[in-house]
Amino acid sequence: MNRGPTATRIWGVVLVGCVFALTILGYFYTPYEPHEVRVLERFQPPSGEHLLGTDHFGRDIFSRILVGGRISLLIGIGAVFLGSVLGTTLGLVAGYRGGAWEEGIMRISTSIQAFPSILLALLFATIWEPGIQVVLWSVSIGNIPNFLRLTRNQVLSIKKRPYIEAARALGARDWRIMLRHIIPNLRDALLVQFTVSLAGAILVEASLSYLGVGIQPPTPSWGRMLREAQNYTSLAPWTLFPGLFIAVTVIGFNLLGDSWIFRRDDVLKRE
Amino acid sequence: MLTAIVVSIVTFLVLQVLPGDPARLMLGTEATPEVYARVRHELALDQPPLGRYLNWFWGFLRGEWGNSWRYSMPVRGLALQAFPLSFSLGLSAVGLSLLVAIPSGIFMAIKPASLLARALSVATQVSFGLPQFWVGLLLIQVFAVELRLLPAGGNASPLGLLLPTLTLALPRSAILGRFMRAGMAEAMQQDYVRTARAKGLAGGVVIYKHALRNGVLSVFTIAGLQFAQLLAGTIVIEQVFGLPGVGQLLLAGVFQRDLPLVQALVMVIVLFILLFDLLFDLGLGLLDPRIRYE
Repeated sequence: MNRGPTATRIWGVVLVGCVFALTILGYFYTPYEPHEVRVLERFQPPSGEHLLGTDHFGRDIFSRILVGGRISLLIGIGAVFLGSVLGTTLGLVAGYRGGAWEEGIMRISTSIQAFPSILLALLFATIWEPGIQVVLWSVSIGNIPNFLRLTRNQVLSIKKRPYIEAARALGARDWRIMLRHIIPNLRDALLVQFTVSLAGAILVEASLSYLGVGIQPPTPSWGRMLREAQNYTSLAPWTLFPGLFIAVTVIGFNLLGDSWIFRRDDVLKRE
Repeated sequence: MLTAIVVSIVTFLVLQVLPGDPARLMLGTEATPEVYARVRHELALDQPPLGRYLNWFWGFLRGEWGNSWRYSMPVRGLALQAFPLSFSLGLSAVGLSLLVAIPSGIFMAIKPASLLARALSVATQVSFGLPQFWVGLLLIQVFAVELRLLPAGGNASPLGLLLPTLTLALPRSAILGRFMRAGMAEAMQQDYVRTARAKGLAGGVVIYKHALRNGVLSVFTIAGLQFAQLLAGTIVIEQVFGLPGVGQLLLAGVFQRDLPLVQALVMVIVLFILLFDLLFDLGLGLLDPRIRYE
């Protein structure tokens, strides 16, 4: 297993690095204007001219992929961040306060867990217009329980340690103990959870956009591109390329998260 | 049980109270005031939310799920038509992934350094990250379009369900395989396994009689939970293969803003997930006496 963690980390960094590099490139340069419709150039197979071919409107697929990644990453990061802030806060309160607070918060958490993110998104899409807000809210709410339980369990195990009692004996207030003594202890675990959740969020966003309740045109997104490609795959299989980029992104973030788990275990072993 | 009630309240709140006015949703903005008032009355929207909630929940429990606005049919009939397909899809997918995951997990645990185990480990990592609908589209491309071996979709025959089942089983066997490996690796380090080895039992007997029995427990738990979650997971796959299951019905309800339909289907799926959680907690206690204490 010695080689495992290093290889995991390297692959994770490489894959995520590639995705970020391409996405940043998309802000400055695309071979073609990603929205430009050229009816005469419909369904061109991949070639030197169109690296990954063109779609049913004659749009350059590679250019659209370059631009389509940013929305997935932005929404993924935004939604997981929102979920992590809410989840961590609730987890701190539940773990630190205990009693009825804990009971109530854990009840909410189990109820959220009964809703898979996709189902939550469909509920929101029924009452709102399909769009970014549906993905944002369903993914962030769906992520609350993970962060909540993680934080609460850590708080419970840390709370009784002597240095916390010492801090309290010195007259530190609750919020100061949380910020200065509890949060720093959580950082690594939260980072791992954040990365793994990000992979999941990107997957959910792509699925929702594919179902038609996520990102709406004209904004290009990988999931949406696949939805539009579905009718033409027998004619133009290269329209399926965006899926490869979703896969690379998700696998990259998963590997990165895994490698951090390994590293943390290494550190613990050395201690 | 309490969770189920909370869940039902949440569903009701999101669909009936948050949007403000379901009648508006249903009619759009161009209905005349008279029609609007009549619809509001028919839907009992002029009553207070608490009464409406209790009415709906009581009706739901008795199996009266109301009428679909779009299809003008009882929701229950529509659901009963759609569930068997999704159900069998989920069942066969979990079955298949167990068939793949258990042997590969055992192998990864007992020969972690071998080339095959490493390959399996990479395959696990990769298939875990593939978007399912993309895998489905690729399978259609290869087996239906290029090779013309299997139907592309819209077809609920056993042959037509083969590709969707494969698609659904792929990431699940990856997850289950990981749990299997972890469970086996842990079981192999237990004292009773060492004792069995020490008294001279053959390696195979130790693995299958002593370690497997304990290693496989967590895998069955996870598989049960996955099966429940799969009712939501098939939504995407039904869209890929054009299968008339719960997912397609729910999606149609979402796009047509058919609140009674969405409300009932979401409730059924969520209750199903909760029920399976409970059953598997209980079942696991029967299988493994150590867990019973809590």
